[in-house]
Amino acid sequence: MLKMKNISKVYRTELVETHALRELDLHVDEGEFIAVTGPSGSGKTTFLNIAGLLESPSSGIYELDGEDVSRLNDRQRSRIRNEKVGFIFQSFNLIPDLNLADNVDVPLRYRGWSAVQRRRAVGDMLDLVGLGSRQNYLPSQLSGGQQQRVAIARALAGKPRFLLADEPTGNLDSEMAEIVMKLLESINAEGTTIVMVTHDPDLAHRASRNIHILDGRATDSATPLSPNVTPLPERGVAHA
Amino acid sequence: MLSYYLRLAFASIRRTPVLSALMVLALGLGIGAFMTTFTVYYLMSGDPIPHKSHMLYAVQLDNWDPNDPPTESAKDVQPQITYQDGQNLVNADTPAIRQAQMYASNVIVVPESDEPPFDESVRATYHNFFRMFDVPFLYGQPWERREDEDHAAVAVIGRELNDRLFDGANSVGKNIRVDDQFLQIVGVIDDWQPTPRFYHVDAGGQFDDTEQIFLPLSWAIDQPLLPSGNTNCWKPPDEDLSLLEAFLQSECVWNQFWAEIETPEQAAAYKDFLDNYVRDQKALGRFERPLNTFISNVPEWLEVNEVVTDDNRVLVRLSFLFLLVCVLNTVGLLLAKFLGKSGEVALRRAMGASQGAVFSQNLVEVGLIGVLGGLSGTGLAWLGLRAVESLYRGYQHLVHLDPVMLTTAIGLATLSAILAGLYPVWRVSRLAPAGLLKTQ
Repeated sequence: MLKMKNISKVYRTELVETHALRELDLHVDEGEFIAVTGPSGSGKTTFLNIAGLLESPSSGIYELDGEDVSRLNDRQRSRIRNEKVGFIFQSFNLIPDLNLADNVDVPLRYRGWSAVQRRRAVGDMLDLVGLGSRQNYLPSQLSGGQQQRVAIARALAGKPRFLLADEPTGNLDSEMAEIVMKLLESINAEGTTIVMVTHDPDLAHRASRNIHILDGRATDSATPLSPNVTPLPERGVAHA
Repeated sequence: MLSYYLRLAFASIRRTPVLSALMVLALGLGIGAFMTTFTVYYLMSGDPIPHKSHMLYAVQLDNWDPNDPPTESAKDVQPQITYQDGQNLVNADTPAIRQAQMYASNVIVVPESDEPPFDESVRATYHNFFRMFDVPFLYGQPWERREDEDHAAVAVIGRELNDRLFDGANSVGKNIRVDDQFLQIVGVIDDWQPTPRFYHVDAGGQFDDTEQIFLPLSWAIDQPLLPSGNTNCWKPPDEDLSLLEAFLQSECVWNQFWAEIETPEQAAAYKDFLDNYVRDQKALGRFERPLNTFISNVPEWLEVNEVVTDDNRVLVRLSFLFLLVCVLNTVGLLLAKFLGKSGEVALRRAMGASQGAVFSQNLVEVGLIGVLGGLSGTGLAWLGLRAVESLYRGYQHLVHLDPVMLTTAIGLATLSAILAGLYPVWRVSRLAPAGLLKTQ
């Protein structure tokens, strides 16, 4: 589903050249739950941004669903991002003055769906995360865990096949983090591919595979699967 | 998506009320100042009789002092003619469809009611005046040629005077007492206020109200009703004649003269006629200066008389510069506003909004701010025009916002806001979302 070959990302200023990713090779299969770990500044977020088409690689080839997406223009990247990719952020990134339904509706607005389709999808997703009765609440009226569940509903509303989560439990207490993790695991069990960046080794161990990024390079680590995660038939291999 | 973008724009304005209010105020002030001066300029420079302004010609004959500097253009010639020249022209067979000699005067109107007598403006003219200038009638009609010839005591009055004296009823056939004479009313004019009042732009009265009493010039001379406008003389009247007769036969200019001409060929023929008239008069010892005969249609006439002064033009330019300053300030405020919501923009980009979609969304918000700025500017322009009205005499017809000006104000404000917003909107749509999402 996701294939990166020799992906490099270099940030240049007049004085400094920073190599965020160095010839990174990665293959993620459909339905996998990948945990991406690594120290701060190792290139995890850059990897996630490139995977989510928020940034273009400086070099290398990135294929998503068999299509080379590394050199697309903004309009094409935006369309693919809208149709195939869902994002979950550490700080939820809900729009404070929109209610929950309108927040979940955001990606659907760019999809061109009818109002009926959008309303149904928003309702379904909020029901899925257990907040169907609070559609008209503002984010500020929810706890952090509830806000993250809304963010997950938003990420899933357009039925993406690929979910990118950047420290999704980083701002939550352990109880809320567990709820969110279980939700992600159930989403993955339904067939959605998830790539999750995390600092937390316990969470990483619950993924089907771990990718460790260090100094912009990825290493695959054979991670014991968590008991409540269904093993996948095939696993991708990441190469340094 | 437009309705969605509008909803987001309203939400965004509510989110930053102070900043949004500052932008609306900045635009409103600029628009208000500009629209105030521009409205006055627009109404001053408007065509007061657009459907036939190119068929109506003011006549200038240069009977002035031969020792004066040479004439270079119509601006150097007196805008009025002598009574005698007016009489000669109006009685001649000319290529014009209609001609009218006229002058302004004042009378005391004595109401039949207990109301005390009051001063009223008068235009002494010919029956042709009304058809030539397409004056609308509420009741009755103009007097006829015969009544000009008979020096008849008839009058056409204005609606305002009719309301005052007859409570708005049809007063045709009734009498009106002016000074110590009675005039029979033959017609009542409906609301009629050409702006500028092109047929008599002399003596700063170009924006005055139209007169409320119109009567035959022949009758006015009999009384006599003396002119209330400018009277200019370059040599004293003949001392051998009676005072009135000397004045009427003098080289003093105090009559306005207009001709209605259909085609350029007729205009050329009419000009030839005037030239020949002046040559005839030269043979009689008058018109000692070179031949300087001018006919000017309404737009030309307003230009000759500099109805729109340079001061007005300077004011419009200055207020436009002020508007530009306001727009530049708005650019800064918009930049601050949009960069302040870069997090939301980044999120929308992550959710699939293209740069174009972000650009459109924010442009709608800018447009909304422009419309609000236009509305506030219209309100401020209204206040500005009230201030102009209270400061300057005769500007009462120049201080109203008509639908064209209202639309212009709102359109200009929206355009200004969009121009001011183009750079901030472009900047925010080009923000790299990746770096901003992490810092939310």
